[in-house]
Amino acid sequence: MTRDPSHLLPAAEPVALIDADGRAIKGADGTAYPAPDDAALVKALGALLTARRLNDQAYALVRQGRLAVYPSSHGQEACQVAAAQVLDEGDWLFPTYRDTVAAVGRGVDPVEALSLLKGDWHCGYDPHEHHVAPHATPLATQLPHAVGVAHAATLRGEPTVVMAMCGDGGTSEGDFHEALNFAAVFHAPVVFFIQNNGYAISVPLSRQTAAPSLAHKGVGYGVPGERVDGNDMAALLAVLGAAVARARAGGGPQLVEALTYRMQAHTNADDATRYRDDAEVAAWVERDPITRLRTHLLDRGLIGPEQLQDFAAEAERVATHLRDGLNRDVEPDPADLFAHVYATPTPQLREQAALVADELSREGAR
Amino acid sequence: MTAVAEPMTASPAKRVETEPERGTLSMAQALNRALRDAMAEDPAVVVFGEDVGALGGVFRVTDGLTADFGEARCFDTPLAESGIVGMAVGMAMNGMRPVVEMQFDAFAYPAFEQIVSHVAKMRNRTRGRVALPMVIRVPYAGGIGGVEHHCDSSEAYYAHTPGLHVLAPATPADAYTLLRAAIASPDPVVFLEPKKLYWSKGEVEMPSRAPGIGSAVVRRHGTDATLIAYGPAVPVALDAAEAAAREGRSLQVVDLRSIVPFDDETVCAAVRSTGRAVVVAEAAGFAGVSAEIVARVTERCFNALAAPIRRVGGFDIPYPPPKLEHFQLPGVDRILDAVDDLQWEQ
Ligand SMILES: Cc1ncc(C[n+]2csc(CCOP(=O)(O)OP(=O)(O)O)c2C)c(N)n1
Ligand SMILES: [Mg+2]
Repeated sequence: MTRDPSHLLPAAEPVALIDADGRAIKGADGTAYPAPDDAALVKALGALLTARRLNDQAYALVRQGRLAVYPSSHGQEACQVAAAQVLDEGDWLFPTYRDTVAAVGRGVDPVEALSLLKGDWHCGYDPHEHHVAPHATPLATQLPHAVGVAHAATLRGEPTVVMAMCGDGGTSEGDFHEALNFAAVFHAPVVFFIQNNGYAISVPLSRQTAAPSLAHKGVGYGVPGERVDGNDMAALLAVLGAAVARARAGGGPQLVEALTYRMQAHTNADDATRYRDDAEVAAWVERDPITRLRTHLLDRGLIGPEQLQDFAAEAERVATHLRDGLNRDVEPDPADLFAHVYATPTPQLREQAALVADELSREGAR
Repeated sequence: MTAVAEPMTASPAKRVETEPERGTLSMAQALNRALRDAMAEDPAVVVFGEDVGALGGVFRVTDGLTADFGEARCFDTPLAESGIVGMAVGMAMNGMRPVVEMQFDAFAYPAFEQIVSHVAKMRNRTRGRVALPMVIRVPYAGGIGGVEHHCDSSEAYYAHTPGLHVLAPATPADAYTLLRAAIASPDPVVFLEPKKLYWSKGEVEMPSRAPGIGSAVVRRHGTDATLIAYGPAVPVALDAAEAAAREGRSLQVVDLRSIVPFDDETVCAAVRSTGRAVVVAEAAGFAGVSAEIVARVTERCFNALAAPIRRVGGFDIPYPPPKLEHFQLPGVDRILDAVDDLQWEQ
């Protein structure tokens, strides 16, 4: 075993394949990360447009009072789309509260995905159906679970890979470090995917770490790290795709840090003017992941106006579905309060459920 | 229990040593003021946590502290609760009085190991040689339509851990007084701030002449039965007493304020004076603080009781999502039902 850590270190510069103007970066072709095939890029653009539409629709629904709160991934859609697109059907995704769009990318119904934020139920979808774990709000706590799912797959002889998502702030929590260490020790097929969007609510990255980069955090655990331009769809598909393939082939865990930006406030309830300038935000508008990929595909003649119209129509269809779903009020059933605490409700819970039922019948009688 | 008796500064700039100042403040403002006054008075007081600096905390309790006292006195940390509390332990060991913020009740759990194994036990382990004068502020409990992990009533975990003081104010005045007392305390304090009361307003006296840690207060006098409540349940109990009065029943309301230490004297005197009691708390009832209250009062006042003490509280379930939360919260009707059950016919 070599003690030389150099094979674990990220490249000096984040991997980038398409520049901010949509041009393929010269020489990038010859790197360790060949560009994804054209069909994958076209598919990704469609998903990106739907992703943006979903974010904006959800944001609007907060203002209309249909959602309690929404932590938007506006600006981070390339990360969201790539995380889902590089996985196979049997793989698992572990999203944070900001990764609704990635969950939808796996096939979760957006209405069910937003049940948490609408306030109907904590997790509105069946995690087993699309292999998407419940959104994790307590930061980094989902990462050891991701390792567990991956290790179980190894023990059961399944080819599953697990995509474990996390924010830059989340990397400071102990669970992040324990998960990396466990994954490395058990050689678990996990891709740790950090969306470094610059902030943890108001706290900038400089207050989270003094490391050269978040991708460097893998070194101490024996996990290779890589950095990627988080607004470059092609680079994301290439780097995450390679990490997934490597994990599936028995190469163990990998850590990928995507450099991106949270374009909106932490949630609609946050006031970002307290801690960052508009100028900083404006600079990132030019690096928008959608404009970049669209320009690239148009320039190369891989898509035309018709294709774009189809994509827009599909995005609109999904947004309408979301709107209709969230505008429908389903009366929550108070029996749900007690139904899922244990496999079999305790005698005490049965008593408490009866008390609520009695209250409701008295109310009804009034 | 000792209250804070020394003169306190009213703001970083001017010292008020004579007449206390009065003002109407929200609970969040009263807490902010308590932090300011403590920081102005004692340079050892430092405030840190997640988003407490430029943002001023997600509930704005630390608003302006970094601007007014400097980055060394109020600062953001990396996002790690165990690290925050663990570092506070070390700073308290070395002459500081840290006041740390956990962003929400359920996000304090990564710090549980530090709190239970070190914060609570340091004095005991070291035969009193190492004290930990530190405060862990926790925005807590529900009633604000928060999504999961933002509404836990976690007081029982702390109250069950010997070595911690556990406080829960229900008014801006108590928020001010108790936070000052907590910061001045030689022992670690878990300071539970009912989120739904952050914006409620009340008159605050600064500096306060009210007693500090360990004293309950009768918020409303009454003769038929006593409601015992703390934190977010206090205003609900007061509403219930008001409703009962309209129906001709006189309810007394005791606000614990201090869960640990527990004011047996005030609580038992109140219960004895009415002979009947109901404990009201938001937390799940099983093995909770309300169960402790019933046990203590029953042990001490059995002969004065006309009926078993009843509890009204949360069900024994994980805190429900916003659309169902009203079922979980103790409300006036449930309290009055419990009062009706206190064997009045005898
Ligand atoms: C254990 C824990 N502590 C605190 C919080 C409160 N909180 C929610 S989001 C957040 C910032 C997270 O930042 P980051 O990991 O960078 O993710 P981002 O929001 O930028 O996607 C904080 C402090 C939490 N959810 N969990
Ligand atoms: Mg972030």
